[in-house]
Amino acid sequence: MRGATHARWIAGAAAVALAVTACGGGGGDDDSGGSSGSGDSGGVLSSSWGDPQNPLEPANTNEVQGGKVLDMIFRGLKRYDPKTGEAKDMLAEKIETTDSQNFTITVKDGWTFSNGEKVTAKSFVDAWNYGASLKNNQKNAYFFEYIEGYDKTHPDDGSKQTADTLSGLKVVDDNTFTVKLTQKFSTFPDTLGYNAYAPLPQSFFTDHDAWLSKPVGNGPYAVDSYTKGSQLSVRKWDDYPGEDKAQNGGVDLKVYTDNNTAYTDLMAGNLDLVDDVPAAQLKNVKTDLGDRYINTPAGIIQTLSFPFYDEDWNKEGSEKVREGLSRAIDRDQITDTIFQKTRTPATDWTSPVLGEEGGYKKGLCGDACEYDADAAKKLIEEGGGLPGGQVKITYNADTGSHKQWVDAVCNSINNALDNDKACVGNPVGTFADYRNQITQRKMSGPFRAGWQMDYPLIQNFLQPLYYTNASSNDGKWSNAQFDKLVDQANAESDTAKAVETFQKAEEVVRDNMAAIPLWYQNGSAGYSARISDVSLNPFSVPVYDQIKVG
Amino acid sequence: MGRYVVRRLLQMIPVFVGATLLIFLMVNVMGDPIAGLCGDRECDPATAAQLRREFGLDKPVWQQYLTYMGNLFTGDFGTAFNGQEVTELMASAFPVTIRLTIVAILFEIVIGVALGVVTGLRRGRPVDTGALVVTLVVISVPTFVTGLLLQLLLGVEWGWIRPSVSSEAPFGELIVPGLVLASVSLAYVTRLTRTSIAENARADYVRTAVAKGLPRHRVIRKHLLRNSLIPVVTFIGTDIGALMGGAIVTERIFNIHGVGYQLYQGILRQNTQTVVGFVTVLVLVFLIANLLVDLLYAVLDPRIRYA
Repeated sequence: MRGATHARWIAGAAAVALAVTACGGGGGDDDSGGSSGSGDSGGVLSSSWGDPQNPLEPANTNEVQGGKVLDMIFRGLKRYDPKTGEAKDMLAEKIETTDSQNFTITVKDGWTFSNGEKVTAKSFVDAWNYGASLKNNQKNAYFFEYIEGYDKTHPDDGSKQTADTLSGLKVVDDNTFTVKLTQKFSTFPDTLGYNAYAPLPQSFFTDHDAWLSKPVGNGPYAVDSYTKGSQLSVRKWDDYPGEDKAQNGGVDLKVYTDNNTAYTDLMAGNLDLVDDVPAAQLKNVKTDLGDRYINTPAGIIQTLSFPFYDEDWNKEGSEKVREGLSRAIDRDQITDTIFQKTRTPATDWTSPVLGEEGGYKKGLCGDACEYDADAAKKLIEEGGGLPGGQVKITYNADTGSHKQWVDAVCNSINNALDNDKACVGNPVGTFADYRNQITQRKMSGPFRAGWQMDYPLIQNFLQPLYYTNASSNDGKWSNAQFDKLVDQANAESDTAKAVETFQKAEEVVRDNMAAIPLWYQNGSAGYSARISDVSLNPFSVPVYDQIKVG
Repeated sequence: MGRYVVRRLLQMIPVFVGATLLIFLMVNVMGDPIAGLCGDRECDPATAAQLRREFGLDKPVWQQYLTYMGNLFTGDFGTAFNGQEVTELMASAFPVTIRLTIVAILFEIVIGVALGVVTGLRRGRPVDTGALVVTLVVISVPTFVTGLLLQLLLGVEWGWIRPSVSSEAPFGELIVPGLVLASVSLAYVTRLTRTSIAENARADYVRTAVAKGLPRHRVIRKHLLRNSLIPVVTFIGTDIGALMGGAIVTERIFNIHGVGYQLYQGILRQNTQTVVGFVTVLVLVFLIANLLVDLLYAVLDPRIRYA
């Protein structure tokens, strides 16, 4: 039996070793999730959340999930009205300019961060300098590109930066600072409601790691606890000086991998708010929730872009082919059947949330966006037929259930053209790889493009997407007339005239069919009977501070 | 015996290196992960270049791999894209998944083996046929169907459990997910035990033991079960690794933030550091579980010796 005894001993030791290796990293497990805060004045609600992709910093957060949090714990110079989207002064006392290029910004007195530190002009200037500096790797750095000195703090060619601060920013006194832009930009003040322009307290710079693990801002809520990857709890900040005080005691944001599970939790009464109703549940959501289901327009448009770097798509007559494709897509039917009316067929290249004054023009696309099989066939023939006899619509298959609608669009095109092989979907495995192929200009046909506005301005729907070499001009479309009109609009100090000029630029986009507009996306949300006054802002994010519990 | 263990441990090295290299190459083939970091918009080239430099993505793959392995030996698993250390992610994910795996394994051992013994001793009786049909059903129904069905019935319709597991994931909340995770393996364990018991029940040593007049429970426990468990132990042992890695579906359904969740997130965001790190640990778990199984043979059957 000697062997057996030994074996027992070794097996035991190995089991211990296994347990040790497996739990080796668990020493600092100070997980304090679920603590419910202290001294709540109102009830606390729970809401579904997705794990933010990047560290939670104002200038580094470029997706909705992180933006949601920043919106709760920060207030900037301006704030977009949750209902109308209009940019209204928040911390800004006044923003003055005489030439649309030099701005003097006065910050309101009496604002503090939730740690007691005063919000001053310096809080903004330091934050913006941090955001623009290349060495900080901030993904929203380009928001500061119009400020003078950006090319020194953030050299585009990746060479060494020669300055740490923007020369265009100057602190005048405690409450005043000046901004000098490199070009005229009349709507610049209206962009300042974007999160990237939020002020930062000194603790952000002195103890960055501590700040990241528990961000400190100046909004109606303060972070109570943050367990990365699973839950972030914010509580009402009682000393908040703003008008828009939180109407509830706080919000627990819970990370869900799958929005179906979040919806199930809502049905079972374990969750109060789901701000992304899964596509599979859209059919039952009305019967499940009744009035507690919201479906309102958001500043999101989906389009099909084209690779203009590809000869086939950028030759004489190509615009007719593109227009023909647009006319072969039955938008009404697809938004009805696939999206259960959570999308609205697009008739321009902006979004209804802008409102008519803001630049949304219903029907600007005209016939080109109306389904007509005969016209589609004719246009494509006139334009020299589909390049290679077939279009492949490229999309990423990992998120957003894009496959369904791409297949439907292709079906529609095939039916319209009486050709089974006219259009096929071309899935790409991951979003990263999809972006990769776009960046490397590997697209051979139309591809899915979505645009969620940064701020409710018509400028934001046109310039970043269609201006020559703009940051999101994925198709590399370039048109001198369009560029000229955009420059003109930016220099225009009268807002109404600026909007009008932007619309002229949009007409250039239409005449060339630089991208096929598909539909405007709605924000959707469902909530429990425990809460009320739930609404979505134009960015399709719930207006948390207005929600009442109980 | 000692030499056998040493040899086995040495054999692990090439397996370990090969497995990590393969994963490393596979994740890298998917392209530049930085491209997906800026959302539906191109990262500005300067920032992208600097991020690439910071994560070491600008170097050739072989160099990245060597650096990675070098760091690994100092316990440095790198940093995920959201700024968290991968070891930090592991510290939060592995305890949860280990708890889930323990629940699943317990279900396999307790229910699976018990059911196997009962059916093995009563071959052809209604109990046996019934269990066979049930296991067949369980094996043929995919895990996500079982999971979603149980979640809907127990969580929403009857309100017995919470449909999702909280972030602390205590044992109590993991019972149903554990059962779902174990279900398919449980069916296999039942069938394996049944066959093994049925075979050995006719063996000479069992007849001898019965003839000696030993009490029935003693015959079953000491003689029959001990000898019949060898294939079952092999199966359960190798299943540990499979359960930990294969928990992606179950973890997703019940919103458990364990290894499956981190792996899924890592693959989606093409985060080389997370994926390779987690898979590396899973490979280790697999290898050690296998070694344990082999060593357990000697405990179960002293005739098996290792030179």
